[in-house]
Amino acid sequence: MIKIVKYILLDILRNKIVLAYTLFLLAISFTVFSLEDSVQKGLLSLLNLILFIVPLVNIIFSTIYIYNSSEFIELLLSQPIKRRSIWLSLFIGLASALSISFLIGAGIPVILYCSSATGLMMVLMGVLISIIFVSIAMLATVKTRDKAKGIGVAIMLWLYFSLVFDGLVLFLLFQFADYPLEQPMIGLTAFNPLDLGRIMILLKMDVSALMGYTGAIFKDFFGTQKGLALSIFVMLLWICLPLLFSLRKFNRKDL
Amino acid sequence: MIEAININKSFGKLQVLNDISFSSGVGECIALIGPNGCGKTTLIKCLLGMVVPDSGGFRFKGEDIAKGWAYRSLIGYMPQIGRYPENMKIGQVMDMLTDIRQKHDGLDEDLIGAFQLKKLYNKRMGTLSGGTMQKVSASIAFLFRPEVLILDEPTAGLDPIASEILKEKILVEKQNGKLFLITSHILSELDDLVSHIVYMQDGHIIFYKAIDALKTEVGETKLAKAVAHFMNNTTS
Repeated sequence: MIKIVKYILLDILRNKIVLAYTLFLLAISFTVFSLEDSVQKGLLSLLNLILFIVPLVNIIFSTIYIYNSSEFIELLLSQPIKRRSIWLSLFIGLASALSISFLIGAGIPVILYCSSATGLMMVLMGVLISIIFVSIAMLATVKTRDKAKGIGVAIMLWLYFSLVFDGLVLFLLFQFADYPLEQPMIGLTAFNPLDLGRIMILLKMDVSALMGYTGAIFKDFFGTQKGLALSIFVMLLWICLPLLFSLRKFNRKDL
Repeated sequence: MIEAININKSFGKLQVLNDISFSSGVGECIALIGPNGCGKTTLIKCLLGMVVPDSGGFRFKGEDIAKGWAYRSLIGYMPQIGRYPENMKIGQVMDMLTDIRQKHDGLDEDLIGAFQLKKLYNKRMGTLSGGTMQKVSASIAFLFRPEVLILDEPTAGLDPIASEILKEKILVEKQNGKLFLITSHILSELDDLVSHIVYMQDGHIIFYKAIDALKTEVGETKLAKAVAHFMNNTTS
């Protein structure tokens, strides 16, 4: 299995798109930090850019890559290799390659300019979000046979997580404005890893006061060690569950 | 050595394999023939574990293949249309497979030599012609000296010289007691190769017979005529 990971990883790292993604991240990180006069402000701008770009690139690149390696998968399937190893190797290859790009592209500038707890939290959340979206892409590709449809599904999923979900939450908030929604809001964030990541970073920045009463509740819950552990656990679930479902599906798939 | 037990498979509404059962032993050279879309390739893919049957399954040396994967180290497979990672070179594909199979000694490089593939080792798979791709597939199938060889339309797309080389190789390995499973539409070229015939139609096995028995039964000496005779009799 390590050997297959090695071949996949080498193939991805040779890919020009991954290189371009790394350079792009590097460019925006350095630009943002040199444009803003305070590091905190720079970090906030970078946060919004990263939460927008990272999921998009990860989910689309992973989807296309998996579809394009269908020949590779077929070739390996006629060899004495477990199906599970092939699928997990693909996941490990994609997740590690894209995490490495993120660490180089955004991790290095963040550590250089702002090596505080906030900066570290941002790098950690960025890596987790990278892996989560690889995992979601694997589920999307195994469910749809057609490449164009699969990429469409990937884009829809990205739209859902970055725009539609927030819209739904706002809608709920306005509809039920008369009720105390602060506690349920904490539960709702678990359904979107992007929101969870954003809240974790914002809380470290001490700007939670800007979020009003809900911010205070968030601070009370996520600010503690228990809250931090719980939210990282939820993010790990976001990695494992789609991966496990896709693995189960792949084990019974006809190729 | 290979046993099929009540295999059923349908893609949507289309029943591709319908209660397929047979068993074959060492040293047999089986021709799997039948009209297009009768389920030959699907049956082969079931044996390789690439297609999961709805019910029933294969046994390889008495072991259920659904649970295992190691049995595939004893199988060499040459697909009908070879599909390889396009940006890998021929040499890289060969190296990768030997690396994954962890078998570096005692490789059978006869076909690589006969097809003069070493000269093309730096060519990318995506740029190869259909015939060269078939040569690569054939070389890979024989490379690890497997006990069972599955060849799906082996000579389609090969030039006469190459297909002659491949046939010679099949004959040599047949003498070494390997089990062959060949699908083909060109019955005349199977004549001197195969020992048994499996005839499939609409997902059923119509007959599984030793070739000599078939020939004496219908009183023909040529395989093509014998099969045609049999088909006329079963349809009318």
